[in-house]
Amino acid sequence: MSDGTTGAGERFAIGISFGNSSSSIARINPEGKPEVIANEEGDRQIPSVLSYIGGEQYHGSQAKAQLIRNSKNTVAYFRDYIGKNFKSIDPTPCHSSAHPIQSDSTVAFSISDTDSEAPNTVTVSEITTRHLRRLKQSATDYLGKEVNAAVITVPTDFTDAQREALTTAAKEAGLEVLQLIHEPVAAALAYDARPEAVVADKLIVVADLGGTRSDAAVIASRGGMYTILATAHDYELGGATLDKIVIDHFAKEFIKKHKTDPRENERGLAKLKSEGEATRKALSLGTNATLSIESLADGIDYGSTINRTRYELLSNKVFAQFTGLIEQVVKKADLDILDIDEVIFSGGTSHTPKIALLARSIFPETTKIWAPSTETTAINPSELSARGAAIQASLIQEFDTEDIEQSIHPMVTATPHLSKAIGVEFTSGDAVEFKPLLSTETALPARRVAQYNVPAEGGDVLIRVCEGVRDIKVTKPEPKPKEDKPEDDEDDSDFDSDEEEEETREIVWKTESPIAELAVKGVKAKGKVELMVHINADLGLQITAREVGGQSAVRGAVESP
Amino acid sequence: MSSAQVINLTLPALSGGWSAEKDFKAVGKLSAATQRNLEPVGPHFLAHARRSRHKRTFSEDERIQAQQSVKKTEDDEDDDISEDEDPMMLQRDAKDWKSQDHYAVLGLSKYRWRASPEQIKRAHRKKVLRHHPDKKAALGDRDENDSFFKCIQKATEMLLDPVKRRQFDSVDEAADVEPPTKKEVQKGNFYKLWAPVFRAEGRFSKNQPVPELGDDNSTFEEVDSFYNFWYNFDSWRTFEYLDEDVPDDNENRDQKRHVEKKNANARRKRKTEDTARLRHLVDDCAAMDERIKKFRKAARADKDKKRLEKEAEAKRLVEEKEKARLEEEQRKKDAEEAAKADREKAKKAKEAAKNAAKKNKRVLKGSVKDVNYFAESGEPSAAQVDSVLTDVDAIISKIDNEELAALAERLTAVGKDSAAVKNVYTEEFKRLVGAGKAKDGEAKFFA
Repeated sequence: MSDGTTGAGERFAIGISFGNSSSSIARINPEGKPEVIANEEGDRQIPSVLSYIGGEQYHGSQAKAQLIRNSKNTVAYFRDYIGKNFKSIDPTPCHSSAHPIQSDSTVAFSISDTDSEAPNTVTVSEITTRHLRRLKQSATDYLGKEVNAAVITVPTDFTDAQREALTTAAKEAGLEVLQLIHEPVAAALAYDARPEAVVADKLIVVADLGGTRSDAAVIASRGGMYTILATAHDYELGGATLDKIVIDHFAKEFIKKHKTDPRENERGLAKLKSEGEATRKALSLGTNATLSIESLADGIDYGSTINRTRYELLSNKVFAQFTGLIEQVVKKADLDILDIDEVIFSGGTSHTPKIALLARSIFPETTKIWAPSTETTAINPSELSARGAAIQASLIQEFDTEDIEQSIHPMVTATPHLSKAIGVEFTSGDAVEFKPLLSTETALPARRVAQYNVPAEGGDVLIRVCEGVRDIKVTKPEPKPKEDKPEDDEDDSDFDSDEEEEETREIVWKTESPIAELAVKGVKAKGKVELMVHINADLGLQITAREVGGQSAVRGAVESP
Repeated sequence: MSSAQVINLTLPALSGGWSAEKDFKAVGKLSAATQRNLEPVGPHFLAHARRSRHKRTFSEDERIQAQQSVKKTEDDEDDDISEDEDPMMLQRDAKDWKSQDHYAVLGLSKYRWRASPEQIKRAHRKKVLRHHPDKKAALGDRDENDSFFKCIQKATEMLLDPVKRRQFDSVDEAADVEPPTKKEVQKGNFYKLWAPVFRAEGRFSKNQPVPELGDDNSTFEEVDSFYNFWYNFDSWRTFEYLDEDVPDDNENRDQKRHVEKKNANARRKRKTEDTARLRHLVDDCAAMDERIKKFRKAARADKDKKRLEKEAEAKRLVEEKEKARLEEEQRKKDAEEAAKADREKAKKAKEAAKNAAKKNKRVLKGSVKDVNYFAESGEPSAAQVDSVLTDVDAIISKIDNEELAALAERLTAVGKDSAAVKNVYTEEFKRLVGAGKAKDGEAKFFA
């Protein structure tokens, strides 16, 4: 994996995260670690913006700067338009750049991208091709080797037509698309590919908070394989929403002083937007941020500062929307907040400390919140999808195209998943305890191995393999704890019900139905018993139990239903 | 997920009443599964895909993967250096390094100039592991002869320095391939015999890659560029390696200069010889190359064909012109004749019509004369004759030739009956009035 530079047909692949607001390119460095590549301007988050002046093309932050003076010939926020028809797109984000227009069945932009003044109609696919070509060039310049393939991340709601259009556009740019992978899964992969990560069954919420839209997904990670259980999208919530708050704040301050609204003037608004965004980003890092704009309106220079408390106060409602999206997706997956083992914050807006802190207060202590403000070892949220894509690219770049196609074929990906957890029941006296071995939503076929203690004196032991269900036990803080009370509506927002003592909620496993019983006889004192459960795709089971270090094993099979 | 998770829970002891065949009892079945889409991402998914595509079980897949990784490392271990060591070579004296075959010492004689620095390093390491003097001592070999180890070190030193390696490669005769003789080429395959020669010579080229000799199907351009390349060959071959040893500084300075001069001359001479040798070699090859003959023949045939075509074209043009001229003349002649005939025919018809009209007029006038100018008896008065004749003349002047002919016919038919003749005239006049050719009252007698 470390030196996978020459693949089939001299393939050299990178990972590309292609976003509405910005894109990133990543590769696996010779040490085998993913690394996001900076473009020639030193940007690791390259704005997905193209601008044209006098036939010359500008890209990235240079192009973004053109939004102020040359907005008509600057194309931005076009990712979501790929492969869509004009009727179904939302042109709001492009209000201050080149406006999308209809062209046949697709979306296009009317820009003068050549020397002549007359504007040309350039389709969104062509824009994408040009954007990807620049990304490819940046990667090629950095690596000193022609990049000709890529794994590109797409949102979970990308349609087949959009995937097709993106693949074609990439091909035009000289990039073979090895695979298109979902952004939240790429983020999960980026975390799981860290050397210190262990493969474990876990439920992950990936909150992808972008520039113009936010997405959330619940992913079941079972033995390193990912299954998306639910997704939620908010197309109007993102960094831009927060920028708006900052802009409005400063605009009001300006009006108070100078009696003119800088937002009424197109250029003034563009300046406020570009500086406001920078200020908002600065607030994620420091507690104070300044904003200074020359000639904001009526030739007046403007400078001011804002502190984080003020900003957080103003943005409270929007922050609640972000966390609301996360809660909504958990509910959509028919899960409880307690079920979630990890929350991964991805996308540029995840740098905002308050959002992660709010999430921290919603989820239980045991849940890891992967964001820079809550976890020092967190990976830069802006780089997650690009890193995930690069990891996937390094894994498959040596495969034949045919191999990749076969591997991602629905025949392989559509698999049965366990609807109930399978585990072992422990009875000691009256207490019955259930310990899951295979969690729900584990893709089949699956195999798990576990070791259990035996009674101190050894002897014969019984293993009861059962199906189990989990319940949420709510304990009121009264002196007498109540009996198990399963609660079905788990979505009540208990984090602001502070007036009474908080009730404690925990997960309890219950045996639902037994599957098989095995007896391991004559186990030595202080020995261990190893149990292996193998479930076929047709729900048949093979169970093997043996004493660790022992010779003979007890084997049995349960027929598929 | 082959590693076992350790769970710190104690299994219950077997109760007395429990028994089952082979200690296993299936009690229930799993509840139905939900069909979901796996995300095709990550190493564990790829393992899953591999298993499901090849229909392998977990343990099978693990075994196959393990075997594959084992095989890979083994291949790496013994790829290059498995050559036997010549016992004579092991006895070599390290001082005589100039005549030593460095590649053979490192066991790379089948690679020679193709060996990569990486291979050389690996080969060196392998040889050192085997021939290190300390190892020999440990084995109880008391002779302390480490000369072959020195040979190995010298060979590595030569081959890992790009400049020194080129010097050695330049005079590495073992890598040369003898050009085939004419007889061999006649018997065997020209391309098979010559290609290795050029491949071996190509190692001296400053311009890489060197064009291939090709085969029977090579195009003219390929063959042309091949020979052009070899006639303009840019070689880095040098002959420093064969220099005589230059004496130390502290010896005679003149002697030293003399040797240096001699070496320089020898190098230059060898280089010239080498260039001439190569040119001669390419000449030989070109002379035996059937393709050149083929192309020349084809070119000649092509030229001939073009010339013939040109001539034929010119001839055809002249012929066409002549034909066109003849046709034009014929056409003119025909037209003239036809016009003449037409004219004569028209003249004749005109005359005939004229004669007929004259005759008919005579009939008309005769008819009135025959009926004695409609006089009842005796000689008609001059006035009556005059008026009748005036009327007849008027009719004649009014009617055309065909009507005149019809009138004459009718008059001839009625004969000399005066009343009938008059009647015919009257009718004719009436008809003329009816047709608007005459006016009422213009005729006095036949009115």
